[in-house]
Amino acid sequence: MDEIQKTLLMQVADLHEVPAGAYNIRSNGESAGRRSTEHIEIVPKEDKPGIDIFIKPGTKKESVHIPVLMTQTGLKELVYNDFHIGEDCDVTIVAGCGIHNGGAQTSEHSGIHSFFIGKNAKVKYVEKHYGSGEGTGERVMNPETIVSMDEDSYMEMDTVQIRGVDSTDRVTRAKLGKGAQLVIREKLMTHGKQKATTNFYVDLDGEDSSTNVISRSVAKDSSEQVFYSHINGNNKCAGHSECDAIIMDNAVVRAIPEITANNIDASLIHEAAIGKIAGEQLIKLMTLGLTEAQAEEQIVNGFLK
Amino acid sequence: MLELKNISYHVEDENGKDILNHINLKIDDRFTAITGPNGGGKSTLAKMIAGIIQPTEGQIFFEGQDITGMSITDRANLGISFAFQQPVRFKGITVLDLIRLAAGDKLSVEGACKYLSEVGLCARDYISREVNASLSGGELKRIEIATVIARGMKLSVFDEPEAGIDLWSFQNLIKVFEKMHDKTQGNIVIISHQERILNIADKIVVIANGEIQNTGTKEEILPGLLNGNLECRHNAGGCIHG
Repeated sequence: MDEIQKTLLMQVADLHEVPAGAYNIRSNGESAGRRSTEHIEIVPKEDKPGIDIFIKPGTKKESVHIPVLMTQTGLKELVYNDFHIGEDCDVTIVAGCGIHNGGAQTSEHSGIHSFFIGKNAKVKYVEKHYGSGEGTGERVMNPETIVSMDEDSYMEMDTVQIRGVDSTDRVTRAKLGKGAQLVIREKLMTHGKQKATTNFYVDLDGEDSSTNVISRSVAKDSSEQVFYSHINGNNKCAGHSECDAIIMDNAVVRAIPEITANNIDASLIHEAAIGKIAGEQLIKLMTLGLTEAQAEEQIVNGFLK
Repeated sequence: MLELKNISYHVEDENGKDILNHINLKIDDRFTAITGPNGGGKSTLAKMIAGIIQPTEGQIFFEGQDITGMSITDRANLGISFAFQQPVRFKGITVLDLIRLAAGDKLSVEGACKYLSEVGLCARDYISREVNASLSGGELKRIEIATVIARGMKLSVFDEPEAGIDLWSFQNLIKVFEKMHDKTQGNIVIISHQERILNIADKIVVIANGEIQNTGTKEEILPGLLNGNLECRHNAGGCIHG
């Protein structure tokens, strides 16, 4: 692994070396390392690019890292990763994609991640996107996450895209069974002429299922962001979505939250707020000795922390 | 240390109003309280010292240096602190972050806790909380004051620290200022309507209708104020002018 790849690995998975536990590192379309453990088995798919990850029932406090690195300009790939998480598991899954594009052609990674979460299982899923490189070629990432949650399961999904991705179209679809709970936290910053669209579809099918979809984003320069969330309450359930965006310069942000109650006992809330940094916030930090630019940076960093 | 020379602030609207009218004021005392009726120009004056509002006429000198054209940041770095009447809220920035921004990044968690304790907050309950709407008005106020104490500057300006807090919190706040009066190394200017705060001031300045109506020691000024020389007086809880 060269220095650029190591940097990408650190950015997307906070890894300096190969991780402890199970992992699969995909680099420029090929496997650059894979390890299964006693409880977590990683098997390459035979009919299409991607892997199946089988986590045995009752696996606790274990993690899987599946970073994707791309440094070859013009590479385009579509990868299918399926996670089969057994009953009563408590695991952390760290995915992420780093693209370094030093050339003129578009590099594009599209990953379709499907989660099958067993009864009472608890999953923390972390996904980071990062782009770098001085080339004129675009860095494109289009992740799709499909989640199927069994009774009383819990999933926490943290997605972060802070730098260097020119275009992203994220789709997340989730179906929740009885008592299942899904928490999604998205953090997004776009700059330059970047475009980012996120789509969340959550079906609260089971009794007492619940979801909380929280998006915090900052749009700088001439970038564009669109946030869609669709929560369908199909049973006695609770759903909440929140989109909070800071707009700067000539950026454009659209937020379209949709909540649909198909059941008398569905309780659904959406909140959306878009605004520039409040002048008084800048002034307060300037009275502490920060310049306007430093104040702006502190406010943005705090907001996306 | 601070001198306002012929300061005026004129608002250009349909009625065209003079908020401040040829103010001349020297501040050298350790603890100066500025009081007077609402709308009299006190907050405007405080914001002018911090650089948030620019005067339409006149000059401001800080330690002999003309700072009239200086930015908020430059004045802050020169040694001026300002506590907002309505503390600003931030999503994601914690109490610790804010105190560190005030005191410098090297400040330890223990150091930050010390400043919170000084304003009567149980530090460990607050240090990692966000400075957002989940904090009450009184809590925000005290955190605001803690950021000013943490900076430890030559001149600290407090704009109506008592505004918007309940009586119980106010009792504690008074203690904070009494302590500050005894311990401060720098000079304090405080905009206030509260008798108990005026009572610890070395000098009281009365501003009404954009002009300095009176200046003097508390012995000289307080009796007149308490006798209702200003046009309105509510004395509940020691409040001279609500």
